[in-house]
Amino acid sequence: MHELGIVKHVIKTLGDVAKENGVKRIGSVTLEVGEVSGVVIEQLVDCWNYFREKNELVKNAELTVETLEAVTFCTACEKTYRTVDHGRICPFCKSKETYLLRGNEFSIKQIEAELIDE
Amino acid sequence: MKVIELRMTVTSSNDRDAEELRSELKERGIFLVNLMSAPGSGKTTLLSRTITDLSGRAEIGVMEADIASDVDALRIAELGARSIQVHTDGMCHMDAGMTRAGLIEMEGERGIVFLENVGNLICPAEFDTGAHKNVMILSVPEGDDKPLKYPLMFRKSDALVITKTDAAPYFDFDTEAVKRRALALNPEIRIFPVSAKTGEGMEEWESWLLSEWEEWRNA
Ligand SMILES: Nc1nc2c(ncn2[C@@H]2O[C@H](COP(=O)(O)OP(=O)(O)OP(=O)(O)O)[C@@H](O)[C@H]2O)c(=O)[nH]1
Ligand SMILES: [Mg+2]
Ligand SMILES: [Zn+2]
Repeated sequence: MHELGIVKHVIKTLGDVAKENGVKRIGSVTLEVGEVSGVVIEQLVDCWNYFREKNELVKNAELTVETLEAVTFCTACEKTYRTVDHGRICPFCKSKETYLLRGNEFSIKQIEAELIDE
Repeated sequence: MKVIELRMTVTSSNDRDAEELRSELKERGIFLVNLMSAPGSGKTTLLSRTITDLSGRAEIGVMEADIASDVDALRIAELGARSIQVHTDGMCHMDAGMTRAGLIEMEGERGIVFLENVGNLICPAEFDTGAHKNVMILSVPEGDDKPLKYPLMFRKSDALVITKTDAAPYFDFDTEAVKRRALALNPEIRIFPVSAKTGEGMEEWESWLLSEWEEWRNA
């Protein structure tokens, strides 16, 4: 399952961030997820709630997921359009020669943290 | 509580591990090639033929990543090549940490090591394994519209091997369309149509592999 691997990587990355920034505990984590990244948000949250219990650093961290709009580019007419509205066929020229410009990103936007020297 | 803006990709810890592994392997003399594709695209068959064709010219080892089975590793071992099996325990991709762990068993090995990644066109493209080259395999029966459906994998790959070309007459597969679509996503990608059954195109793929290996050794 994709979400499981992702959550493990998020927690690992947060461990690195905590070390670099002198973070004692994380209170919240905000992720940015592209509309068509293939990640199932409910599953992601479930995995998060399961895994955070096992890790002191993120034990009390609430997860917030923000969605980013997906945009497709048409190589035939060079226009862009919203992927979720029209899929792979260009609404302007009906070409199928299109590809995703953005919308599959997956990043950790920000965290709220309690620092060691606070 | 203090807000820390990060905007880092989820895979950044993996990206760092992958960079470390790449340089470590350089010192060990292992040229790691990550093979990615959908299930059944002909990876093991392509590797078997490549190992046989290059015997005497390159030491080749194979690391098979599979969710649970050992069949592919046994097929490779029958050819006398070094082969190991990594079980991903349900994970849909290999990451740098798992690759490093698997490669511990390749102690003392030098030469080319192929990583046969988990059969899946999405997740493996997102996780850098620490390989020196990434190769995508697309088989003729899968259809020529794959670059449009899985753009990231085409962007991340150094080479695209189109396999089972002997089956082209039975499928509506437009090789030129695939080339055009793949190059639009990644102008640097090298494309090799091959049939591991008839041997057609194998030489071009094998000489690319050997020359990339040589370039890497001399770098
Ligand atoms: N006609 C033809 N069939 C091929 C060729 N290469 C592989 N096959 C067949 O395709 C099927 C799958 O081949 P494998 O090499 O096992 O594919 P794979 O990608 O390793 O499969 P998984 O590891 O299970 O994902 C087998 O039945 C092969 O005989 C080829 O060049 N031409
Ligand atoms: Mg196989
Ligand atoms: Zn268009």
